[in-house]
Parts: sequence; C-alpha cells; structure tokens
Amino acid sequence: MEPEPRARTTALIDRRGLQALIEALADEGYRVVGPTRRDDAIVYDDLADLDDLPAGWTEHQEAGRYRLVARDDQALFGYAVGPHAWKRFLHPPVETLWTAQRDEHGLTFRSPEPAEERFAFLGVRACELQAIAIQDRVFLEGPHVDAGYGARRREAFIVAVNCGEAGGTCFCVSMQTGPRAESGFDLALTELLEADRHDFLVEVGSPAGAALLERLPHRKAGGADHRAADAVVARTASRMGRELETQGLKALLQDNPEHPRWDDVAERCLTCGNCTMVCPTCFCTTVEDHSDLAGTRAERVRLWDSCFTLDFSYLHGGSVRQSPRSRYRQWMTHKLASWIDQFGTSGCVGCGRCITWCPTGIDITEEAAVIRATAPQRRDP
Amino acid sequence: MSMATTDPRAAGPAPFVPQAYRVEEVTRELADTVSLRLAPLDGARPDFRPGQFNMLWAFGVGEAAISISDVETDGSFVHTVRAVGAVSGALAGLEVGTRVGLRGPFGTGWRVAEARGADVVVVAGGLGLAPLRPAIQALLADRARYGRVAILVGARSPETLLYPEALAPWQRRPDVEVLVTVDHAGADWAGRVGVVPGLVPRAAFDADDCVALVCGPEVMMRFTVAALRHAGVAAERIHVSMERNMKCAVGWCGHCQFGPAFVCKDGPVMRYDAIADLFSIPEV
Ligand SMILES: Cc1cc2nc3c(=O)[nH]c(=O)nc-3n(C[C@H](O)[C@H](O)[C@H](O)COP(=O)(O)OP(=O)(O)OC[C@H]3O[C@@H](n4cnc5c(N)ncnc54)[C@H](O)[C@@H]3O)c2cc1C
Ligand code: SF4
Ligand code: SF4
Ligand code: FES
Repeated sequence: MEPEPRARTTALIDRRGLQALIEALADEGYRVVGPTRRDDAIVYDDLADLDDLPAGWTEHQEAGRYRLVARDDQALFGYAVGPHAWKRFLHPPVETLWTAQRDEHGLTFRSPEPAEERFAFLGVRACELQAIAIQDRVFLEGPHVDAGYGARRREAFIVAVNCGEAGGTCFCVSMQTGPRAESGFDLALTELLEADRHDFLVEVGSPAGAALLERLPHRKAGGADHRAADAVVARTASRMGRELETQGLKALLQDNPEHPRWDDVAERCLTCGNCTMVCPTCFCTTVEDHSDLAGTRAERVRLWDSCFTLDFSYLHGGSVRQSPRSRYRQWMTHKLASWIDQFGTSGCVGCGRCITWCPTGIDITEEAAVIRATAPQRRDP
Repeated sequence: MSMATTDPRAAGPAPFVPQAYRVEEVTRELADTVSLRLAPLDGARPDFRPGQFNMLWAFGVGEAAISISDVETDGSFVHTVRAVGAVSGALAGLEVGTRVGLRGPFGTGWRVAEARGADVVVVAGGLGLAPLRPAIQALLADRARYGRVAILVGARSPETLLYPEALAPWQRRPDVEVLVTVDHAGADWAGRVGVVPGLVPRAAFDADDCVALVCGPEVMMRFTVAALRHAGVAAERIHVSMERNMKCAVGWCGHCQFGPAFVCKDGPVMRYDAIADLFSIPEV
C-alpha cells in the first residue's frame, strides 16, 4: 500500500534548525540521546549539540564485520544502525526492581522512586520504531504492566530519521518495517543533502511534535522537497544488504525442529549471546539478589540475559537446552516464528545487528534460506 | 511518542514486588521436603485456583516458583518445598516466625469444574502431588458432581511418598480409587512396585468420558500421557503441569518459554493437545 502522500504536516529545517531542535528538547527537560561516534562505532549516547552527531561518517557492515568509513560528504545521518538499540534506555541492562528492609517489626518492600529522566531520542530508524512497538507489546500489553518501562516510554519524545543509507546487513524491506518511518514518532526527519543545500524535511507525527516544530526556525516544504525525500527513501529501499523470505516462514521453522541445519549452525555458534544483546527486540532478563552483611537490607536487580546461556533454561536436574543446537534453534524459532504466536508480530525487524555483531558471522537470513531450500516437509502457512 | 495503552500507574502494585508473609508453621514431610504455612502480615491472602503457584522469596537468597499445595481457613497458604539448591534450601530451612516475600498467585489452574459429570483420573509423580492436592480437595468437596474418581500416586520409594496423612482418608473413601506405587522398595513394603504410568491400565475410568490431570517429572508425564492416550483418552482431555525455569512469573523474563507458550502465564497447567507437538521434541 502506498503511504498517504502527504497527510502529515511537513516543514523544512536546516542544520541550524536541527541544533535548535536539540536545544529546545534540552530546554524542555529532556535528556537528548542520539548517535555519536565512540570506540570506532556509532553508538547512542547523550547529545549536547549538533557537533556530537557523527558528521561525515558511514560504516561498512557485513556478517561479523563493522568498520567506520569516512564519507565524502558531511551527512549527519549517513549510516545505518550500530551496536546500540534504544532498548538500553527504555529497558535498561541493569535495573533495581525493589529493596527490602528487615527489622524486628517486619519486612518492608519498596519500589525504587520512578526516575525523573525523560528521554528524547534523536535519530530513531524505522526498524527501531517497530522494535519499540514490539517491546511495548511485551511490557505493556500483557496481563501485567511494567510500570518503569511504561513511564519511560510514555515520557519519551521520538525524533525518527528516514534512512539515507542501507547497511550491508539490513533487510527492513523484507520485514516491512522500513526504511520509511510510518508511525510511532513525534517528528521524522529526512536528510536532504545536495550540492547546494543541507536540509531536513520534517514530518509531524504528534501534537507534541507540532508544538516543538513551532519553536524551531523552519520554512515551508514544497513539492520538490517532498520528491527529494521520497527519492532518498526509495534509493535506500533498493539497496538492502540482505533479504529474508517471510512467506510461510513461521510454519517452516516450527515444522522443522530436527532439520540438520541446526547441527550445522551449532558448529559455528559460540553461544556468546552477542546477537541477543544487540537485538532491539530481545527482552529476556534474569534477576540477582544482593544483601548487606548485617542481613537487614536486600535488593533485587534485573539484568539483560540471553537464551544462549546454559543457565537460562536451568532446572533442578539439568538445563533443558543443553546443546548449542537447541539454543540457536530456540533463539531463531522464537524470533521468526513463536513470536508471532505470542505477540502477533515477528520478533525480527530486519536491522541486521545480529548478523554484523556475530563473531563468527552467522546470518539469520542465510540460515532461514538454507532451511527453506532443504526442508523435507512443508505445510501451508 | 505517546501510546494508546492503559496508564501503567493505574495497574496497581508492580507484579515484581512481593508482599511480606510470616511462616506460621513448618511441617517436615520428607527428609528433604517441608511444608510451610504462610500468612500475610498485612491484609488477606489473595484468592487462588488449584494448580497455581507463588513466587517465594527467602531474604537475600532469591526467589523460587512453588505450587500452592493447600490453603487454611485462617487465610494462609501452604507450600511444600523440596530442598534442591540455594533458594529451595533456604526456604526449606525457615523457622516459624520468619518473614518471607510472596508474590502471586500466578499461572493457570486445573480446570476441575470442567470435569463435572465425567470421570476424573489424577496422576501424580513425586512432588507433583503438591499442586494436585488442592484439585483433589476441590473434587472431593463436590464429589457428587463427578463420575468415578481415580487418584494414581507414584514415588521413588515408600520413604518419599508425599502426604501419607492425606492419602489415608482418600484411600478409605468408597467413592475414590487410590492406587499407589513406588519405583523401588524394601521387603517391608506391601504395596505395588513399578512406575506410575503402569497404574493407568489398572484404574477404572471411562476413557471416552474422563478428564486426566497429570503432574510430575517430565519423563513421568510423557509416559503417563502415552498410557492415557493408549487407553483411549483424547488429547484435549489430558491436562499436564509443566515446569520451566522462571525468573519473573509474568511473561517478561523469557526463561519459561516452551515453544510459543510462556509456562508462567499460559501454564503451568496446559491442555495436552496444545503442546503435543512439542512434548516429544528434546530440548525445547
Ligand atoms: C510452576 C512451578 C511450580 C513449582 N512447584 C514447586 C513446589 O511446589 N515445590 C518445590 O519444591 N519446587 C517446585 N518447583 C521447582 C522449584 O521452583 C525449583 O526447585 C527451585 O526454583 C529451585 O531453586 P534453587 O535455587 O533451590 O535451586 P538451584 O538448583 O540452585 O537453581 C538455581 C535457579 O534455577 C532455577 N531453577 C532451578 N530448578 C528449577 C525448577 N525445577 N523449576 C524452575 N526453576 C528452577 C531457579 O530460577 C533458581 O533460582 C516449581 C517450579 C515451577 C516452574
Ligand atoms: S533478529 Fe537480528 S536482524 Fe532481526 S531485529 Fe534482531 S538483531 Fe535485528
Ligand atoms: S549466533 Fe553468533 S552472536 Fe549469536 S550466540 Fe551464536 S556466535 Fe554469538
Ligand atoms: S517466568 Fe518470566 S516469562 Fe515466564
């Protein structure tokens, strides 16, 4: 389906306008977070001003490879996604769940004070908007609501960016999650970088976004600007590094738990869990208890966990998933198949992170393709 | 970006935060197993359905999923804990008067009322009798509404047979068939020797119109289900209680997944036909 041509309010800003956007968000009390260059990678961290963005950088991504490369222009968003995902802010890697105090009178549990922090995310890609929407289903739409996640999520201001560069491991087109941000943002930007200009087409996605735009120096966007923005997205869509055939994929994986390819991938998989740490939708956690020496105060902490560890499925008598084969199978079948049963959507948004950051270059699209090509039995989807 | 979901602030106390309970009574059941009677320090004990579990927290040690094995009219929960590790060991070692954390109840229950009018076969292996005891109590409290009732119980040895004081009155009832077996026994054991699934063909029930409730170690459940299926019981009339690692009990930590199911919320009690495909695959 073609998106409604221009149902949204749009405007044009330039680099000054973008600087004003960062300032206006900070001024409204947001902690502004976005892409910045650190340790030879583009990560998400605090942005004080425009200079913190990785101007003039892009990256080469391949299975098991990530390398920053200088661009021959000064694009501010001329790269795809790096090792960080926004989940590190909304669903933090370490979070105190409660503290307990024990004395002669009793035992009292206290939830931590809700953090005052309000995030503004600058540079959220279309696949990442979908990843956030997926984690919303996990933490907010079940029988229980994760109040901490809910508060951070409710307060967050989201500035999306339509991708101008497809990464070598990207396949959002296959997953129908990008490269254009369709919904779930307050403002969306498309970088228009031509010989004689460096502008951003701004689309308004919410009343809060509209109010913020009013605070920025902006001008009216014309038909040529819209066409230029469309061309950026179309070009990116045509340059996907990977593709994944999703037709019938759920049944294919659920029908083939004994496929020999699981043994093959198990020989390459180190069960390091990198893929689950970088994946923007992986949500699994474990808990740890700490107590003071006097035995009066205790604390329970939640930490990201990975289904690739042996402990993850531990039961008295031994872990359920002893073999690396069963753990890779669990991960990939969960992502691409059982996730649909659980949350009504695939657990994969096609960001390519798991492919890029796998030390042995295991490629989820390739594994799925091989299983499809060699599966003994098929079932209609 | 705002969301169209309910306001989390309206959701009540966070499901992660336990309530304080006091250990009212400790009963040694077996060499490594005790029952704890726990009463809330504040307020009333929440309602529960037979088959559900609570997360019990021992101060500074950690939390474990423990089935509700009984309730008392004074408003306390009874939990039967086998010491197999750090948390269960700490729980099993608690003294009367100690405070523990408790959150729950969580999960699905045995659909006892669904069995009305039909025969009921309850099959318990080892500690599996703990979550089944409240179901048996509910059945017997309303005995006239069910057909024949068979309770098949297995343990590793006579010394590890759980709740002998509960079994005895059930055994004396004319309207209940109780069959007990142990895997190994000395010469002084006059009862049956053999595994629980072997009791299925001996019990009297109408395979075409019965409901089976099964709980025990996964291998025991696999063989019991096979015996029930062999006897002609339909897959959708067999209910099993699954066990998986659990950290959150509310569908967030991912640990309890069993194929598409989260055992903490889609289980632990699940209809066999819903999981039959997965049940035979190792390491799911
Ligand atoms: C729905 C349900 C009901 C249960 N009911 C009972 C009961 O009534 N009585 C009873 O004694 N036990 C019961 N268990 C098992 C009990 O939860 C484990 O024995 C206990 O978690 C072991 O923890 P530990 O720290 O003592 O053992 P360790 O071996 O030190 O375990 C370390 C960690 O592994 C996990 N773990 C280990 N074994 C299990 C297990 N079997 N199931 C789930 N997680 C495990 C826990 O997260 C634990 O923190 C039940 C489990 C489930 C899932
Ligand atoms: S599975 Fe891989 S490609 Fe899919 S969302 Fe996760 S990290 Fe991205
Ligand atoms: S697939 Fe790659 S990244 Fe994931 S656990 Fe295996 S080796 Fe690590
Ligand atoms: S126990 Fe955490 S998801 Fe089920």
